[in-house]
Amino acid sequence: MEQYEPDRLSPAQVAAMRRSLRNGRAALSRRSLLRAGTGGALAVGALGTLSACGIPAAKNTAGVSSEDRSAKEKEIAFSNWTEYMDVDDSGKRHPSLDAFTRRTGIKVKYTEDINDNVEFFGKIKPQLAAGQATGRDLICVTDWLAARLIRFGWVQKLDQSNLPHAFTNLSQQFRSPDWDPGRAHSYPWQGISTVIAFNRKALDGEEVKSVSDLLDNPKLKGRIGFLSEMRDSIGMTLLDMGKDPATFSDDDYDAAIARLQKAVDKGQIRRFTGNDYTSDLTKGDLAACVAWAGDVVQLKADSPDVDFVIPDSGYMTSTDNLLIPNKARHKTNAERLIDYYYEPKPAAELAAYINYVCPVDGVRAELAKIDEDAANNPLIIPDAAMAAKSHAFRSLTQKEETAYEEKFAKLTGA
Amino acid sequence: MSTLTEAEAPPPTAPVPTAKPARRRGRWTPYLLLAPGLIWLVVFFAMPMVYQASTSVQTGSLEEGYRVTWHVATYWDALSEYYPQFLRSVLYAGTATFLCLLLGYPLAYLIAFRAGRWRNLILILVIAPFFTSFLIRTLAWKTILADGGPVVGALNSLHVLDVTSWLGLTAGDRVLATPLAVVCGLTYNFLPFMILPLYTSLERIDGRLHEAAGDLYATPLTTFRKVTFPLSMPGVVSGTLLTFIPASGDYVNAELLGSTNTQMIGNVIQSQFLRILDYPTAAALSFILMAAILIMVTVYIRRSGTEDLV
Repeated sequence: MEQYEPDRLSPAQVAAMRRSLRNGRAALSRRSLLRAGTGGALAVGALGTLSACGIPAAKNTAGVSSEDRSAKEKEIAFSNWTEYMDVDDSGKRHPSLDAFTRRTGIKVKYTEDINDNVEFFGKIKPQLAAGQATGRDLICVTDWLAARLIRFGWVQKLDQSNLPHAFTNLSQQFRSPDWDPGRAHSYPWQGISTVIAFNRKALDGEEVKSVSDLLDNPKLKGRIGFLSEMRDSIGMTLLDMGKDPATFSDDDYDAAIARLQKAVDKGQIRRFTGNDYTSDLTKGDLAACVAWAGDVVQLKADSPDVDFVIPDSGYMTSTDNLLIPNKARHKTNAERLIDYYYEPKPAAELAAYINYVCPVDGVRAELAKIDEDAANNPLIIPDAAMAAKSHAFRSLTQKEETAYEEKFAKLTGA
Repeated sequence: MSTLTEAEAPPPTAPVPTAKPARRRGRWTPYLLLAPGLIWLVVFFAMPMVYQASTSVQTGSLEEGYRVTWHVATYWDALSEYYPQFLRSVLYAGTATFLCLLLGYPLAYLIAFRAGRWRNLILILVIAPFFTSFLIRTLAWKTILADGGPVVGALNSLHVLDVTSWLGLTAGDRVLATPLAVVCGLTYNFLPFMILPLYTSLERIDGRLHEAAGDLYATPLTTFRKVTFPLSMPGVVSGTLLTFIPASGDYVNAELLGSTNTQMIGNVIQSQFLRILDYPTAAALSFILMAAILIMVTVYIRRSGTEDLV
């Protein structure tokens, strides 16, 4: 403690100290170092430096495209979500990707590095905002994030002449979202239906058919889950209140929040969950919850008590979309890969494996060859009745997005 | 000081001094040795801190960009908006730290003085949970505390949950998604950070001091109170710090084991930063948290009267 207090030391001592600092072994005391370190940090952090930092506007990214090296470099870097691709028995190869490489000679560097939209945005934002390459040629993100990336001008416009199959085979349902008219920048990878899932055993005879049943049945107090994805939870609530998620107003949004807040205050809603609701549901900790149909199809196979219901008021549909970020080096290759997955055969192979909504028309016959049940499952290939009940959440302006996310965060306690 | 001697007094066998000065080997060595650590500190601590400090006084939006406008009010707004989560973080982390001390001290004592040849095995068992990921360990608590599970069943039949429910620690006949579950998770996850420093400082106590205390007619309790515990204070202080500081910033436990009324300040920062994209508020909250922890820790160290940790 008393080792280094310069004021009290004689000049000779100070000189000795200095010498020991320079020449001695292990002479620097921890305290003096800490002091020096703090001083240095403070100097660096001088007010001027603070003002120099700043985050540039999202839209000022010049030089959208990079030189397309597709012809020279037969490769592509594809970032996707985990477990979102067919896998062979060894668990290492992706047969549909391998077939693509065999046919085109384009090697695919396939990375499963997307776990969460918000986190992935945090990851790629610095490069894209600075107009730099992300090292990725193709990414897969959910509607609202795709909309944001397009709004910021951080993704490239697709060359439709490279996408003949995609252009022809894309399902009517997904053809022209309001955030990307005519699919100029994006094509869906898979569709996601948001439904109500339940555990029959945990319900113990209670019936759940709508969001109202979730929110109002006192017997289910503390055993109801909603999703932490704002658009899914609010969208389902809006539908239940007779509003259309494609056209709702600020007041409608506030009303939906208030309806959920009441249930939170009563202790009706146990949690707002990410993907981890699946284990809660199979264990029976959650009796019923808002859930993603693709998960439920898989859960059903393992636990017979789990099932789902589509409310009469309808259900939410969103998509995960393939986009080519700015400065991608292999744009044409990426477009060829998108187009490949819009051919019926690869699309069927994928659909048979991952159980989400297939966005490709004309897949049913191919899928039936692989898996008859999947071909007749309306959750994978929606029939007319299913398609009629499907709703999409309208795109939001930056201002709305911030305000709505903030209100939703308050609802979830953070 | 050997380098010093060499530098100042060249060996007698040295040739006649030439114009070239003697090589002063030691001069830059300490700085060179320090360089990796210092560079690390500057790049991964000082620079991010400056960047965050700057972010916290900026205004703007992602679309228009952020500019430094010295909008210090962000701090006040953030604090007045989210003080419940701050208080909750301190409360949960404090409780978890206290529980860790309560559980960890006897175990560290046992390992240090009574374990004999089992000592290494028990130490390995203390560290063993670190071989799996933090996330997996936390998720495991969802199975342990599951509504229909044996733990909750036993607590229910003993009517323990009626008491905790009355205290507001649990809700109804469940533990998951309540404050109790979050505190359990925090306690479990940070327990090794308490045990290890406690063990190192207990293990260092000279056994003869205990004998001396016995010779002076101290009862075992007095020996512990007057000899063992005061000597283990450095371990207690560093253990509580190593537990409390990360626990108060943790958000995983509250996220996975908690509910809407158990969100901690870490959850708020995460949601501000990633979801709402309000970087200034997120940065301000981080700084407030850092300042709060720094103040609490300083007061605590002053009070506990120990400066050398471990």
